[in-house]
Amino acid sequence: MDFALTEPQELIRKEVAALARTFSLDYWLEKDRRHDYPWEFVKAFAAGGWLGMIIPEPYGGSGLGVTEAALMLGEICAAGAGTSGASPIHFYMFPPMPVIKHGSESLKQRYLPKIPTGEIVMSFGVTEPNAGTDTSRIQTFAERKGDRFVVNGRKVWNTNARQATHMLLLARTAPRDPAKPFRGLTLFFTPFDRSKITVREIEKLGRAAVDSNEIFIDGLEIPADDVVGDVGQGFYHLLDSLNPERVLTAIEAVGIGRAALERATQYAKERVVFDRPIGQNQAIAHPLAMAWAKLETAELMCLKAAWLFDNGKPCGAESNTAKLMAAEAGFEACDVALQTHGGYGYAKEFHVERLWREIRLYKIAPVSQQMVLNYLSEHVLGLPKSY
Amino acid sequence: MKILVAIKQVPDTATQVKIAGDGRSIETAGITWIVSPYDEFAVEEALRIKEKRGQGEVVAVTLGPERAKEALRSCLAMGADRAIHVNDPAFNDADTLTTARALAAVVKQEQPGLVLVGRQAIDDDMGAVGGQLAEVLGWPCAYWIMEETIDADGQTVKAARQVEGGLEVFDVPLPAVLAAQKGLNEPRYPTLKGIMGAKKKEIKDVKAGDLGLGADAPQLSITKLEALPPRPPGRIIDGDIATAVKELVRSLREDAKAI
Repeated sequence: MDFALTEPQELIRKEVAALARTFSLDYWLEKDRRHDYPWEFVKAFAAGGWLGMIIPEPYGGSGLGVTEAALMLGEICAAGAGTSGASPIHFYMFPPMPVIKHGSESLKQRYLPKIPTGEIVMSFGVTEPNAGTDTSRIQTFAERKGDRFVVNGRKVWNTNARQATHMLLLARTAPRDPAKPFRGLTLFFTPFDRSKITVREIEKLGRAAVDSNEIFIDGLEIPADDVVGDVGQGFYHLLDSLNPERVLTAIEAVGIGRAALERATQYAKERVVFDRPIGQNQAIAHPLAMAWAKLETAELMCLKAAWLFDNGKPCGAESNTAKLMAAEAGFEACDVALQTHGGYGYAKEFHVERLWREIRLYKIAPVSQQMVLNYLSEHVLGLPKSY
Repeated sequence: MKILVAIKQVPDTATQVKIAGDGRSIETAGITWIVSPYDEFAVEEALRIKEKRGQGEVVAVTLGPERAKEALRSCLAMGADRAIHVNDPAFNDADTLTTARALAAVVKQEQPGLVLVGRQAIDDDMGAVGGQLAEVLGWPCAYWIMEETIDADGQTVKAARQVEGGLEVFDVPLPAVLAAQKGLNEPRYPTLKGIMGAKKKEIKDVKAGDLGLGADAPQLSITKLEALPPRPPGRIIDGDIATAVKELVRSLREDAKAI
């Protein structure tokens, strides 16, 4: 067994940390206040070639895996960028995965080279208001008309839809068959045609810089060439994206927890009350030490799941567990960090407040803690399905 | 033009330095190592010269233990073409002159048109190796360089050196040693492709014997390191402003001898 990172992996970690830290905490505070998309940050990462991390080399990327993407996103978050910085970048990591694995050569050649350069801005269109986690019940329908599909429906929680140039979209192409509910779904990677899609932003608790939206699709025409993989097999192709999504969001939660812990530890060393730094009190120190230990443990599971995925091994249990434990550990770290700051933790200028709001997302997205426990109960422990 | 950049691996600027048990060195456990920041200016300038001239080669060289390879790898990730690692226990106690002699031996083998260094390493702040290297080679040398322009045929470099209140400009015949000051440029961050490409580039390990050098005893050795004495506490002068100011002036003049 070898836990060592390779030399390039070490360098990736170090250089991403250095680049991400050129964007100050005040930069992110201001982006959050003004609901302003962090284009400067995305462009800096595009210029360094980082957006092409998982795109294969023939299409202009670096052909690396989920492990390297995880190291990058973890460092982006640990630098204090939080989910405001990680979300715009992680859309270059897992949505292209089904295209890379199942896309036709034509699809790959048309789209993949535009990903490393940042020319393509992606949105992910899977979740629907009337289906939630029950993906087989989505209603958005793509009707075949000659060499194209015409799509009507509605999606919710589309991150990035205000900026997106393209969308990975899951739609029904055949009515739901209760015997085979996951058949008849098709995956498309297609331009985000604003003449046929209406975007309504959802105001939310955190990450104001990066929009989340509800979208209404009315007669969107998609050429048959933009189908990813096989018609009717979209859900199965999408699975290649979902485990990486769990792993990458999990390590983001670890990174955000680390950013908060770094602030809190610094504060606990400097803040003197009753003639001693507050960090000398075990009531302050122990929760911080516990937060550190839980973040380290969660990161181990993230990297194990990433390693399994990159080596072509099943990783459902590990990816879900990583997301479960990282969301808990990250939240606990941010909460303890806020508590350590006392009243100042509640003030925006100490930055932990923003991280605390952002971290809450990870207990819900990309899949709720409860659905992870359902997965583990049913698929790992073999308990009867409860729903 | 071939450019050789001599760099040093040093503890990260945020390191809390602790003196080791022997009282003559620092505790290295847990230290994050980086390329000394002034050396990064030198690497960046070498890459810019190569890019501007449209041809050439940038070779990074260091003298240091095995871990110093990471620093060379960072230079390769930035864009240096290859690296040379003077890696021999014989140099464990090398002082600046021994280091300069070893680097001079590398320079003689490589025959670059220009050597760039940082104006000092940020660990021991000696600021001596570049000058000693030039002296051993018998080359001209300019320190604290803020700007440089090499003429088209690579015969001379116009180097602007930082002095109090302005720049002092020299025409330096090449080959020469230039030592970079902060402000010379803004070093680039390695790109992902740079990092992935770096592992395919050569780092040549060189021993003292390969350079025709023996194990000379260093002329300089560290006998003892001491931590800085703790800062004396500040003093608040009470009283009304007129009296307090008088007391402040008296104290600055008589106690602190600052005015």
